[in-house]
Amino acid sequence: MGRITLDKVQKKFGEVEVIPPLDLTVEDGEFVVFVGPSGCGKSTLLRLIAGLEDVSGGEIRIDGKPATDLPPAKRGLAMVFQSYALYPHMSVRKNIAFPMKMAGMPQDEQDRRIAKAADALNLTDYLDRRPGQLSGGQRQRVAIGRAIVREPAAFLFDEPLSNLDAALRVGMRMEISELHSTLKTTMIYVTHDQVEAMTMADKIVVLRAGHIEQVGSPLDLYHAPRNTFVAGFIGSPKMNLMGGAAAAKHDATTIGIRPEHLDVVDTGGTFTGKVGVSEHLGSDTFFHVHIPEMNEPMTVRAGGEVGLRHGDTIYLEPQADKIHRFDAKGLRIA
Amino acid sequence: MARAISPRKKLMWTALSWGIGLMIFFPIMWTFLTSFKSESTAISDPPVWLFFDWTTENYSTVLARSNYPLALMNSIIIAVGSTLLGILIAVPAAWAMAFVPGKRTKDVLLWMLSTKMLPAVGVLYPLVLIAKYFGIMDSRILLVVILMLINLPIIVWMLYTYFREIPGEILEAARMDGANLKNEIIYVLTPMAVPGIASTILLNIILAWNEAFWTILLTTVNAAPLTKFIASFSAPEGLFYAKLSAASIMAIAPILIMGWFSQKQLVRGLTFGAVK
Repeated sequence: MGRITLDKVQKKFGEVEVIPPLDLTVEDGEFVVFVGPSGCGKSTLLRLIAGLEDVSGGEIRIDGKPATDLPPAKRGLAMVFQSYALYPHMSVRKNIAFPMKMAGMPQDEQDRRIAKAADALNLTDYLDRRPGQLSGGQRQRVAIGRAIVREPAAFLFDEPLSNLDAALRVGMRMEISELHSTLKTTMIYVTHDQVEAMTMADKIVVLRAGHIEQVGSPLDLYHAPRNTFVAGFIGSPKMNLMGGAAAAKHDATTIGIRPEHLDVVDTGGTFTGKVGVSEHLGSDTFFHVHIPEMNEPMTVRAGGEVGLRHGDTIYLEPQADKIHRFDAKGLRIA
Repeated sequence: MARAISPRKKLMWTALSWGIGLMIFFPIMWTFLTSFKSESTAISDPPVWLFFDWTTENYSTVLARSNYPLALMNSIIIAVGSTLLGILIAVPAAWAMAFVPGKRTKDVLLWMLSTKMLPAVGVLYPLVLIAKYFGIMDSRILLVVILMLINLPIIVWMLYTYFREIPGEILEAARMDGANLKNEIIYVLTPMAVPGIASTILLNIILAWNEAFWTILLTTVNAAPLTKFIASFSAPEGLFYAKLSAASIMAIAPILIMGWFSQKQLVRGLTFGAVK
């Protein structure tokens, strides 16, 4: 079990309010991702749940029981850190065994669980090495192994993949998702990478300056961003946001159109511009189009074979039902 | 590390390193050679290098004339004692400053270091009076305490630097893994802190061993360590260079041997945690 409830949880560092009173419920077995730009308070929020920081107000409950004043050791949560935080003087085996040793688990049970975790994480051959002799990906696996053996109520991940190279990151992302579907344990995952959030989460919590901007499934956030911040943050490449006359035509202060919802047409179209930088990915091409009446170039996704060159004129037509409209406060107009 | 170095450059650097090494080592080597010369050869001009009648006479004279075992014992007790006492006091202090720093931690550290800038002779007279008042002049305990106080800022600084290198996330991981404070200290903190503490101990034993101002001025016979032992062979008149050299070699030999066997730890200590 691992249902975590935050009730008006607040954090201040001195006079600075990092997290204004905030409510959130993480259901048992859910994979929740906290995402937001750096400094948005997502790591602080995770550390409050872990007990590594004290709350300045409000209450945290784990499985209905108050946990606000419990030390981290007593909360039954496991954490995977960005720096892996392995014990450098212990072998991989001893690293993984450490939480069980602290819990006073019988030796044969410890051995059984280490063997099982090592097998699942491809660490069997490395059990007697020190962390310093392992690669980044292997170290991350050890950190995960150390977290799973004690069968915690929930896993907390603090940007666990940001120290890995791109290829490894994709692989580890899969492994963590796989792990979640096998264990069915609650996982809270902090990242600044919206791709990680979109691909892994059951539920995404978008944070900005300690405020929750929106909570929802990845597709909810993609299809119906609650405001311009979420609209710009979720989706890659990011949504084209424009104001002025283009927006006024739709009775809005700002409108947003995703690059994949703009069609390249032969003539006419709502927008006419010149092709700037193009990114050819093979399967897709992203054109950055300069439109005279707009300050920022517009990003357009086209097929891999569209043969437009730098400086060519391009005609664009947005898909009418995919236009997002926002009011003067930046909030979505339904 | 993978910088390409041409063989000629390499040769040049090697020669330079050896040159500097020899220059630093020269006084010790000269002392060593002199200790085996007769008094008249020791002051001969031009100096004699290797071709003289080697004699161990100086060593036997030195051993006969003074109590080397007592001086050695005093040096060991004073150096090791003051270092251990200092560690005992400095570990909690450095610990607190590294892991729970306050607003004034940096100021306290700088203030501690500033006491090293005080000329020692400035506090000589008050200290002698205090020692006399307590009747502990020429006692080991006095020197243990004074040398401890003198080296304490350095001990605290070194330990502070080492403790700062221990990543906080590892301690947090231990807490998340269910370790209480006692287990956190036993299983995680201590093993990571031990190399730093060991380097600090080694360096401070050497510093205390070589300390001459206080040890010479505050002792006469009973607590006189090897520094005093050397000084007693310098005389206002007569020939004494060879005997002085023999005494010096006998005084520095133990610490030199210890230093040789703990080179790796010492280098770590001297670089003050600058490199990992």
